[in-house]
Amino acid sequence: MSKKLVVVGAGMASGRMLEHLFAADPDAYDVTLFNAEPRGNYNRLMLSPVLSGEKTYEQIVTHDDDWYAANKVTTRFGEKVTGIDRDRKVVIGDKGEVAYDKLVIATGSNPFIIPLPGHDLPGVIAYRDLEDTEAMIALGARPGARAVVIGGGLLGLEAAAGMAARGVDVTVVHIMGHLMERQLDESAGFLLRRSLMEKGITVLCGANSEEIVAGPDGRAAALRLDDGTELPCDLLVMAVGIRPSVALAKEAGLAVGRGVHVDDQMVTSDADILALGECVEHNGALFGLVAPLYDQAKVLAHTLTGTADAFVNKEVSTKLKVTGCDLFSAGDFADAANREDIVFRDPSRGVYKRLVIEGDRLIGAVMYGDTADGAWFYSLIKDRTDIAEMRETLIFGPAYQGGAAADPLSAVAALPLDAEICGCNGICKGTIVDAIAGGATDLGAVRAKTKASASCGTCTGLVEQVLQLQLGDSFKMPAAQPVCACTDHTHEDVRRLIKVKELKSQPAVWQELGWKTPNGCHVCRPAVNFYLLADWPLEYADDPQSRFVNERKHANIQKDGTFSVMPRMWGGITTPDELRAIADAADKYNVPTVKVTGGQRIDLLGVRGEDLPAIWADLNRAGMVSGHAYSKGLRTVKTCVGSDHCRFGTQDSTGLGIKLEKVLWGSWTPHKVKLGVSGCPRNCAEATCKDVGIVCVDSGYQVGVAGAAGMDVKETERLANATTEEEAIELTIAFIQLYRENAKYLDRPYKWVAKVGLDWVKERVVDDLDSRRALVERFEISQSVYRKDPWAQHVATERKRYAPLADLTLEAAE
Amino acid sequence: MSWIDIADIEDIPLRGARVLKTAMGCVAVFRTGEAEVFATADRCPHKGGPLSDGIVHGHKVTCPLHNWVFDLNTGQAQGEEGSIATFPVRVEGGRILIDGTAVGRRSAA
Repeated sequence: MSKKLVVVGAGMASGRMLEHLFAADPDAYDVTLFNAEPRGNYNRLMLSPVLSGEKTYEQIVTHDDDWYAANKVTTRFGEKVTGIDRDRKVVIGDKGEVAYDKLVIATGSNPFIIPLPGHDLPGVIAYRDLEDTEAMIALGARPGARAVVIGGGLLGLEAAAGMAARGVDVTVVHIMGHLMERQLDESAGFLLRRSLMEKGITVLCGANSEEIVAGPDGRAAALRLDDGTELPCDLLVMAVGIRPSVALAKEAGLAVGRGVHVDDQMVTSDADILALGECVEHNGALFGLVAPLYDQAKVLAHTLTGTADAFVNKEVSTKLKVTGCDLFSAGDFADAANREDIVFRDPSRGVYKRLVIEGDRLIGAVMYGDTADGAWFYSLIKDRTDIAEMRETLIFGPAYQGGAAADPLSAVAALPLDAEICGCNGICKGTIVDAIAGGATDLGAVRAKTKASASCGTCTGLVEQVLQLQLGDSFKMPAAQPVCACTDHTHEDVRRLIKVKELKSQPAVWQELGWKTPNGCHVCRPAVNFYLLADWPLEYADDPQSRFVNERKHANIQKDGTFSVMPRMWGGITTPDELRAIADAADKYNVPTVKVTGGQRIDLLGVRGEDLPAIWADLNRAGMVSGHAYSKGLRTVKTCVGSDHCRFGTQDSTGLGIKLEKVLWGSWTPHKVKLGVSGCPRNCAEATCKDVGIVCVDSGYQVGVAGAAGMDVKETERLANATTEEEAIELTIAFIQLYRENAKYLDRPYKWVAKVGLDWVKERVVDDLDSRRALVERFEISQSVYRKDPWAQHVATERKRYAPLADLTLEAAE
Repeated sequence: MSWIDIADIEDIPLRGARVLKTAMGCVAVFRTGEAEVFATADRCPHKGGPLSDGIVHGHKVTCPLHNWVFDLNTGQAQGEEGSIATFPVRVEGGRILIDGTAVGRRSAA
């Protein structure tokens, strides 16, 4: 004869417990399940998707009538349990008593209602069950409906977002200075608030509610704040927290603190009564998240079936989605004297990450906007991993810690022996393997013996991986390549750290990133100068002394120390007047060579350094500006004549090229950027080997990126098809801005795209319109500073720098 | 030594250089700090690159043509066989003074 088990409460914890119980021994108990709600177990966490309309109630039911029938559970739903008589071992329901051998209390929690005047008016609800959810859904059906939500925690915000999604005009009233103050700090709270405001939700922080005002119909009609503000509403949702529901246990005389006391086996102070879920208190802890509840469910089922088990309250993490914003939190964030924070902020992208460290252990993590690394941080917290070694880069996640990502050696391991590793010298993997077997145990020895990676060096990493594969641990893979000898940081690290630490000057970079030299060198300083001006266009001033001579003097130095001067020809279009001015300048300054370039302009080669300002001034007078033929920046936009003249042209390729050049010129980029626009697929402008190449077709514009025609030759990859010129221009700007913000200095776009992947680029430039717009905006901010002719500026203010400091030969002659 | 006043310290940008024409040829005058200057031959011994157009870092300059790096104190190229002449130079009251004898001029006028 089975024993009798009564379960009070059909929430998520008890549902899971019953599953475990039936799995262990389906015939151990005859089960009676009470629930005050007129339904069985459903996934309460999924009420928000029901509210927002993403799911229906039916989809969130975890156990339906068939399941109860199959497991012979007697259900008494919609019936309140009024008491427990422990002496007689019966549970007293509204509709009669049920005897038990074992009783499980799973009464969950009650929403906390602030006892404001008017809190008991009709039209005031909590956000706890399906009825509340339905009330909010019903409100959405009324045009012009208004709601006030008290509480800026998770539940309140989900209620607010859900109603807003249904067209309700929602105001959130939060007593604290920022939203979700237990999970987020002020800055993250700010980001969240901004995102809610963008969705049309009004958010009032630091707002004290005073009274809920009744309307003529006796229903809640407005919330009055202590500053006198009245917020009219048709529904008032109070979502300020939950309290364990302990009344039943307390009246039965069980030991109760804040929750129903249970031991490690989930047994209460009465050996025949067990409890689990949000109503219990275990070692002083209460529970609100689902993961520990599921652990409790398993332990409780084991206890009921006589299997030894013990509940351990583990660290938990929560990954939440509030109104489309990703949030993650894990561990402990309370401020304490011996704790340190590492904070990463990217306000322009709405990303926030905060790690709390105690000693050499990570104890807490909060992330907003980008939660991809949450699981990894959670495992560091849970395993109490010593993070001393990776402290500096910890916040960038596992991808930065080396080895944690997918095994980087697997690709090389899979290569056959006849696969060519070194393209320059034609060296196959087998040759390298043989050299290693013959005693070449480091990179230098392999190079000396085989010439692999001895030329352009781009295969160095591959050769090192072959060494690692052959020699195992006896070969020490070098750490990631630092920028130069001035620092141990890689380019990627420096870029990230400049953003994270909001470093806005060179001295800040040297100091904060522990540079080993006073002010860098010719390798790192141009890179740092670029990173700073790309990330902080308004705050950081470009430093000419950190630029290679070409960019400092706005002309290309030649092997004999003279310079070349190349005025811009927008889209390759020039005029007789411009040509005359160029010819005059060539005569006047004795320019030995005049050459037409591959970028459709005219180069004046062999100009003396001290003549530069004068020749620029002459060219300026004819309306010409710098062609930036010397810069890591926008060079040319090569075009064909397009539909204006060509019988095959499908669009105005010249016009588009000019527009692009006018928008992009003057911008600094990690490496040079060259564009091409061809008027038809015959591609006379050779657009398909450019950094950005647009090919016009009848239906619009094919925007390709990441082509190359230098050391490497590579066809562009299709970024997107644009239907209008505006869209093609926007795509181009967004791509270039993404490149500016992310690429390593001196990586051309094709190298950068190969590293990050075209899909990654597409997500940000093509698919996500907000992201595309934001990129264009940030580009424009930067261009407000840099879209200027440096020649004119230097003629006006820097002229004397091009002349000798003094001429002692003249003085001597006097 | 005969010190010749050649320029104001502010005539050279911080971490920059300017050319001084002398009877000995072009001399590069470097400014490495607020009031710290060096003078060397302007011509790189490798391929004749103008060192005054190089990037100045610490007490060093990198040649713009092929990235040879020279120590401004000694004139020695780093990791290469080669060196450049150095000339005595100092700052006094915001003016840059160079040793006229060393650059081929007997005395200040």
